[in-house]
Amino acid sequence: MSELIIKNTGQMISTETIDGDIATLNLGPTHPATHGIFQNILKVDGERILSAEPTIGYIHRAFEKLAERRPYNQITPITDRLNYCSSPINNIGWHLTVEKLAGIEVPKRVDYMRVIVMELARIADHLVCNSVIGVDTGALTGFTYMFQEREKIYELYEEICGARLTTNLGRIGGFERDFNDIFHAKLNKFLKEFPVNFEEFDKLLTRNRIFMDRVIGAGPITGERALEYSFSGPNLRAAGVDYDVRVMNPYCSYQDFDFDIPVGKDGDTYDRFVVRQDEIRQSLRIIRQALEKMPKGDFHANVPELYLPPKEEVYRSMESLIYHFKIVMGETTIPAGEVYYSVEGGNGELGYYLVSDGGRTPYRLHFRRPCFIYYQAFPEMAVGSVLSDAILTMSSMNVIAGELDA
Amino acid sequence: MNNETLLMAIDTYMVKTTCSNVDAYGMLNVNINHTELLGLIEELKTKHGFIYLTDICASHYPEKKGIEFEVVYHLHNLVGNQRVRIKVALPESNLDIPTLTGLFVGANWMERETFDFYGINFTGHPDLRRILNMDDMDYHPLRKQYALEDETRTDKNDTFFGR
Repeated sequence: MSELIIKNTGQMISTETIDGDIATLNLGPTHPATHGIFQNILKVDGERILSAEPTIGYIHRAFEKLAERRPYNQITPITDRLNYCSSPINNIGWHLTVEKLAGIEVPKRVDYMRVIVMELARIADHLVCNSVIGVDTGALTGFTYMFQEREKIYELYEEICGARLTTNLGRIGGFERDFNDIFHAKLNKFLKEFPVNFEEFDKLLTRNRIFMDRVIGAGPITGERALEYSFSGPNLRAAGVDYDVRVMNPYCSYQDFDFDIPVGKDGDTYDRFVVRQDEIRQSLRIIRQALEKMPKGDFHANVPELYLPPKEEVYRSMESLIYHFKIVMGETTIPAGEVYYSVEGGNGELGYYLVSDGGRTPYRLHFRRPCFIYYQAFPEMAVGSVLSDAILTMSSMNVIAGELDA
Repeated sequence: MNNETLLMAIDTYMVKTTCSNVDAYGMLNVNINHTELLGLIEELKTKHGFIYLTDICASHYPEKKGIEFEVVYHLHNLVGNQRVRIKVALPESNLDIPTLTGLFVGANWMERETFDFYGINFTGHPDLRRILNMDDMDYHPLRKQYALEDETRTDKNDTFFGR
């Protein structure tokens, strides 16, 4: 059996050798199997990985620095580009943070609308991750079908905000418009058709003997170790720890909904896959409940100093014109203070640490990016396994380069 | 455990009383000296269940002379569902602070990121290198003295609204 040694640099190395002929392999920065731009310098002996050294930062765009110069409403488009597989969650998380700092109460209807959008985003995020695990094991079919379903979710975003990938969805205080009839029609169609196709995808992989042999035991991590590494989201839950921000610190009225948190046991690729599959089912449950219980009311909070007035009023009334001007020019006032707020993103706890000095821009904004924090465990999970398992480990961790590098 | 009992526990542990307050949003803020950091976090982790390190980051306040930098730790007690924020102020002349990698493996990259952007020197860190920026960069870009936009630009004159 191989033995893992932690060198004093914090690097893991394996003592197992096959023929002692060690090769250095560059996995990335642009490699189809990394699904993003980051590099891993692997030392391999045959197919066995002896050490891995990740290098990240290839698409670092200095979001935290940019945010220090932008008014609050102009930071939403930055958050799109963190985890671009589930941009609406990032957008809404940011809005919630600012609302918390400014002490804004939103109507219940806004909460429910946000929950629907966020769960759709979670489904899209998990679909990408799980179908890509399929691709990396050699099963391309499921991927092609699930990307059609993801496309339908993007069409739903389009009905809400007009954009697909980088959504800039919603506003501080609510939404810019109510859900329209086409959205409701498309969502109902999606809720009817998606589960059928999804279960078919599930049948292709989840109990497929070849797939199971391939992924069970690949890249495992224990719950204790995952907590040490500050894992969160499906990766932590796959290791058996039932930490979910939606339940632990409910935001957006998540306490009104009845849903389960799926947990795994071994924290390997298979568990991560199954946890994500189950979360998709739970997300559908939440969406159905939210649609059913959707309260009547306004689709935004009554905060004229932060929420853009309707355009026709801007031309008619003085107050609206002033507010419009102030918001567009970034002259809104946000109280001084500091706040940490987190939402359950597609990958885990997405946190915003925001310090405001009362100025027009944040004094300091730090994104707690779940990818960035758990990707550092990759060497430990990959060392000692074979190269093809390392690829699976990476894709099942769902490392999104945009979130990794911020 | 609520904020008051936690604060009492922290006060009993610390020799001198800490300067702490509960922020307007219900999170306990504890300001401590960098020499007390390791002991307090170990105490919180082993005795009070704060086993989850949520985040490490820093901020820069150039106008606060003598305490220009602040390193901010967020810890989470997953059983009692309580969060605590620990802040350590550092002078620009001495940015040494002990590393948390001995207590939390996950602190490794968070500290590297903080070092990368603010130049905080985490003593005892196993591998304190830049992480997101280029290795040959010779400054720490999130410090306030580095303006986002090139100040020598002459083609842009926004006297009223450009900042």
